[in-house]
Amino acid sequence: MKAVHAALDGDSRQSRHTLAARRPLRVRLTLTVTGFGMLALVTCLLAPLVGSTQISLARVFDTSIPFADNVDAQIFFVARLPRVLAGALVGGALASAGVVFQAMLRNPLATPFTLGVSAGSSLGAMLAILFGASASLGPLSPVPLASLAGAILAAASVYWLATRPGRPISTSVLLLAGVTLNSFFSALILFAQFLADYAQVYRAARWLMGDLDVGGLSPLLGALPLVMAAFALFAFLPGALNLLSLGPDAAAARGVDVARTQRIAFVSASLATAAAVSLAGPIGFVGIVVPHLVRLLVGVDHRIVLPASALFGASFLVACDLIARTFIAPVEIPVGVVTAMIGGPFFLWLLVRQG
Amino acid sequence: MLLQADHLHFTYDGTRSSAAGSGRTAVVRDVSVDVVPGAITGLLGPNGCGKTSLLKLLAGIVTPQHGRVTLDGVSLADRPRREVARTIAVVPQETHPAFDYTALEMVLMGRHPHLGAFQLEGPDDVAVALEALLATGTAHLADRAYVTLSGGEKQRVVIASALAQQPRILLLDEPTASLDLGFQLEIQALLTALNRDRGVTMVLATHDLNLAASICQRLVLMRGGAVLAQGRTEEVLTPSHIRDLYGVHAEVSLHPAAGHLTVVPVRRA
Repeated sequence: MKAVHAALDGDSRQSRHTLAARRPLRVRLTLTVTGFGMLALVTCLLAPLVGSTQISLARVFDTSIPFADNVDAQIFFVARLPRVLAGALVGGALASAGVVFQAMLRNPLATPFTLGVSAGSSLGAMLAILFGASASLGPLSPVPLASLAGAILAAASVYWLATRPGRPISTSVLLLAGVTLNSFFSALILFAQFLADYAQVYRAARWLMGDLDVGGLSPLLGALPLVMAAFALFAFLPGALNLLSLGPDAAAARGVDVARTQRIAFVSASLATAAAVSLAGPIGFVGIVVPHLVRLLVGVDHRIVLPASALFGASFLVACDLIARTFIAPVEIPVGVVTAMIGGPFFLWLLVRQG
Repeated sequence: MLLQADHLHFTYDGTRSSAAGSGRTAVVRDVSVDVVPGAITGLLGPNGCGKTSLLKLLAGIVTPQHGRVTLDGVSLADRPRREVARTIAVVPQETHPAFDYTALEMVLMGRHPHLGAFQLEGPDDVAVALEALLATGTAHLADRAYVTLSGGEKQRVVIASALAQQPRILLLDEPTASLDLGFQLEIQALLTALNRDRGVTMVLATHDLNLAASICQRLVLMRGGAVLAQGRTEEVLTPSHIRDLYGVHAEVSLHPAAGHLTVVPVRRA
């Protein structure tokens, strides 16, 4: 025993040195957020410059030319920026929702769509298309409004199925309920498609592929408050998510109010997902590829992973959309196809690597 | 800090939940225990007798249907969770993180109850974590991924994480179950030192009667969710109690070299 302790003592001096040299969390967080923040900013600023018409950044921000005469500024701000901002908003929302669901479900392979939110949302959109709904609410037009309603209905159903009063949410029931609801809603979508005509089915199919061409700033204003509300709730989560990913008992033993944290996590991540899907359709793989890439780059501490994923998700989806609209221009590939083409192989590589 | 269990009744209510784990319904029936401050109390009993459930109740992780657990007279249910976690820490049988945290990150999570809602750990917290790593002989593992560690290393890192909570009371669920003889003795020495040098009160659930005999001043014997006997180790660790608990004839004698009672199981009763 003495020998062991002596060895440990020698060891400890060295360890103490290594630990002292380690960057404090605050510094790591600042560096990461600054880095990914710069990346997101640069991506959002440069992406609108690329397209069928060449424009110059200098001319765009040249205040000596009146806006009415500045074609470059008009293309930048009116034609392209809303789409880029939609990409940033949706990418950030889906990536951070993915992080929260993965920690809460203690499953690194969970996505924002695992619990049926996207299927509910798709059913809502499908029904709005099928019945030619015309109801709108502020900046939300009928299809986004219906998909938002569907998403909230799906999330509420799953939540109701998996909770018992005064007890922590059962993550296994939550997963089962989500998967079951997913297939149930998919069946309803198929049924609705069966009833619909060709034009409606085509419109629904295009919606399901995901599209960031939102056509202006006003659809963004519909989704923005919801995403902001979700992000405000996310701020309470990261430390507790670390502990929740060890299991509910371990988290409770270290002072986490498990039931409350699970509630905030579920509501906020569902809200972010619902807002993103209602704006741009169910764009897959962002919510799983981005968190995993971020973890490979900055480690697994959720206090860093969550903000980094939100920022990197924004850059990732804007970049994917850039590929979508330029790869075989003038034809635009649906952005959901691009994220799947990149995400699918990456996901498989990850599985093999972890396997 | 006086931790008391007062006529506890507890049942997992049959609904499947993460707390119920494998779905078995462990039950605690009318259990009253005074955890004597400054002592190491052993919790003995056959599989499924409610040891783990009692530890969870004592930590406030689950709430009893009847009765209450009090810390200095105030019910755990009426205290904020963070406050409880600053006093009571738990070393569970197994910890399975869903992500590849390093050993240091695992230990720093013990600082959670000491941090404010939006506060990040500072140099003081890292110093506490480092001290906990050193106390458990795991400082050299600080940057290793927890999942890559051996069973004994994992167990020591989890103990370090509990120590980083700077608890007055430590609840341990079979801390030596998966360890070889060398590590068993090392954990045993570590627990004794923590108890002696820092006055940490402990409750230790175990199947290892000789471990209990060597480090526990007091024992609580449980069978079928109820307390069969409790008191000083010399008074409680008797052949008749062992037969009642496990259905095994055993010889109990004072080992001259080890200086404590030893139990030798002879045959099934």
